[in-house]
Amino acid sequence: MKSENDVGRVSVKNGRYKIKGKFHIIEPNTPIFDDNGKLCGITNPRDMTYIHSYGGEAIFFESLSKGKLMASRCDNPKCESKDSIFMPFRIYCPDCLRKNTVIDITDIAKKTAMIHSFIITERSGAFNTLKKPIKFINVEFKDVCTIFMGYLSVGEPKIGMRVLPIFQTKKPTYTIMDISWVPVGTPESELPEGFTL
Amino acid sequence: MIKFSDKQLKIPKMARPVYLATSGMSRFGRAFPTLRTEELCIEAFTAAADFIKMTPAELKQYIHTAYYGHFADHFGDQLLGEAVIHDRLGLDPLGTIGVKTGGATGGSTIWEAIKAVASGYSDCALAMGWERMDEVPTDEGNHLIACAADKDWETPLGHIYTGYYAVMAQRYWQIFGKAEDSFRKTMAEIAVKNRGYGRMNPYAHGGMKITVEDVINSPVVAYPLRVLDCCLMSVGAACGVVCDEKTAYELTDNPLRIWIGAGSHTLRVADRRDMKIPLLPNEEPGLYDDLGKRFPGGDRYPGFSSFLAARIASYYAYNMTGVVDPCEDLDVIELHDAFTISDIQSYEDVGLRPYGEGRDYIESGDGYHTNPKTGKPGRLPSNLSGGLIGCMHAVGATGLMQIAEIGYHIWNRWAEIHGDEKKWKKFGREKPKDWTDLQVKGAKRGLAISHAGVGSHVTATILMHPNHLLKED
Repeated sequence: MKSENDVGRVSVKNGRYKIKGKFHIIEPNTPIFDDNGKLCGITNPRDMTYIHSYGGEAIFFESLSKGKLMASRCDNPKCESKDSIFMPFRIYCPDCLRKNTVIDITDIAKKTAMIHSFIITERSGAFNTLKKPIKFINVEFKDVCTIFMGYLSVGEPKIGMRVLPIFQTKKPTYTIMDISWVPVGTPESELPEGFTL
Repeated sequence: MIKFSDKQLKIPKMARPVYLATSGMSRFGRAFPTLRTEELCIEAFTAAADFIKMTPAELKQYIHTAYYGHFADHFGDQLLGEAVIHDRLGLDPLGTIGVKTGGATGGSTIWEAIKAVASGYSDCALAMGWERMDEVPTDEGNHLIACAADKDWETPLGHIYTGYYAVMAQRYWQIFGKAEDSFRKTMAEIAVKNRGYGRMNPYAHGGMKITVEDVINSPVVAYPLRVLDCCLMSVGAACGVVCDEKTAYELTDNPLRIWIGAGSHTLRVADRRDMKIPLLPNEEPGLYDDLGKRFPGGDRYPGFSSFLAARIASYYAYNMTGVVDPCEDLDVIELHDAFTISDIQSYEDVGLRPYGEGRDYIESGDGYHTNPKTGKPGRLPSNLSGGLIGCMHAVGATGLMQIAEIGYHIWNRWAEIHGDEKKWKKFGREKPKDWTDLQVKGAKRGLAISHAGVGSHVTATILMHPNHLLKED
């Protein structure tokens, strides 16, 4: 891990990215030899940090840190998908391509969220920070036309199980990891560190 | 979109017939520490030239444009890898382009080549695909594959693509498989079948003689999927050369007709809205009216249990070629068996069985070279190459390998390609003592499905012997 001072940080000033800290670490290449000591290749170390814009979805990720789940809705009276609510959040309606209205569905989620499908896996890729086994769940909500993917932090998932959203409000990462789910009735004391109902 | 206009459902038309003149493959393996990618591509191209008794230099004289499928630049840390291969094949200054559609990259690559020939732009085009998945540690490889999911909404969740995919398997398993032991056994039968066929294929690196119990007792990856239910991670290359009629018959006296349909659906499964099931030519209106009653929870389409992209690709391809019932009209198929359960899901999407009844394709014995129940030839054998589970999944090459394998059956040269002792030896593999000729006798028509991830892109390629077309041009 980089030291706190070395962590790459970015801000925006006058419409431009300003970067501070280390964005890549240089390591030497090392040779790869075969069983007979003959050269057959080389390692190419790469340690980089990307800079990424959330654009019109920034409000979704920022709202998670405030304990809110924001979706979007097509309000175009001329669109055949008018009133469709999208979660995952879509900036534009996929049918009429008019900008959707941002709406707060935290209460809908609290009242109606239910597991549509799930999977439990011990496997993960590099850079994973979720605790294993990972309990992936897909969550359906009343009146929402799509199905949200997340992870269950407490209990064992089942199709049809009612769940509640919890939010990383104390130490937000400003990523999708800031929302998780627990079975209805889970006491606050059982929530993972930093999460609130 | 969840409703489609007539214009969108128009059956694709090719301005002139297109032929597959030849195909070739390299050996496939989990890793090739002593081979560069270009060596594998040249091996595949040379095999394609050998197949029609030409030298590579002679075959190159016919090629006018080249299409390269290579999904994951970041695996090889090489952008414009296509330009490297094009140069190493000595095809500069011909026009070339790279194609990337995840697991469907091989199919999409030949889609581009076919369109180039069909339009008259080129009389002969090369489609070449490869993948290099051995040059990062496995966990980093898992992360890189997970980058094919939505980077903000999915990838941070475990950095493991299997997790995003397996939720679909879970839903299918519980709704349509009813979580039954018998369904679990049928899934395992697919792994046994495909790994068994892989044993007869010298190009394959996943061949195994295993039992249903071996599959069911193998380590869990994401329940109900176990290690032996899952496809391989591979390195290798495959290619095909497509031509107009005149050029095809200059290259060989036995070219095959080729058509292709393509479909797509959302990158995130989460975004899939409920819609009416588009019907294939062998399905009557009303067929699915009671699907939700027969399979409670199964009334949302495509939901988490079906692949709309595969259905649409098949819709286009079947209507282009006159295929009505694939089990009647086709002789051999290669499906994208990324997982045993997704193989079953595909049986329904491509119309081998109606939605909800995919398991019957295996349980009836139809999908085998030799039906285990009757001892007679299977009605429509699938994945005799071993598929992604038993042969390979070198992503950019997979769709082209499938097309080559279907071609070898229709060319009636499967045994020659797979049985040659020298080839087994050259690839460092031992030919099994019980090696079996899996040639589908009298094969005239076949289908290959090339499929990306959770179903974002799918192509359906149909090959036919020119004397056995189903429909006049």
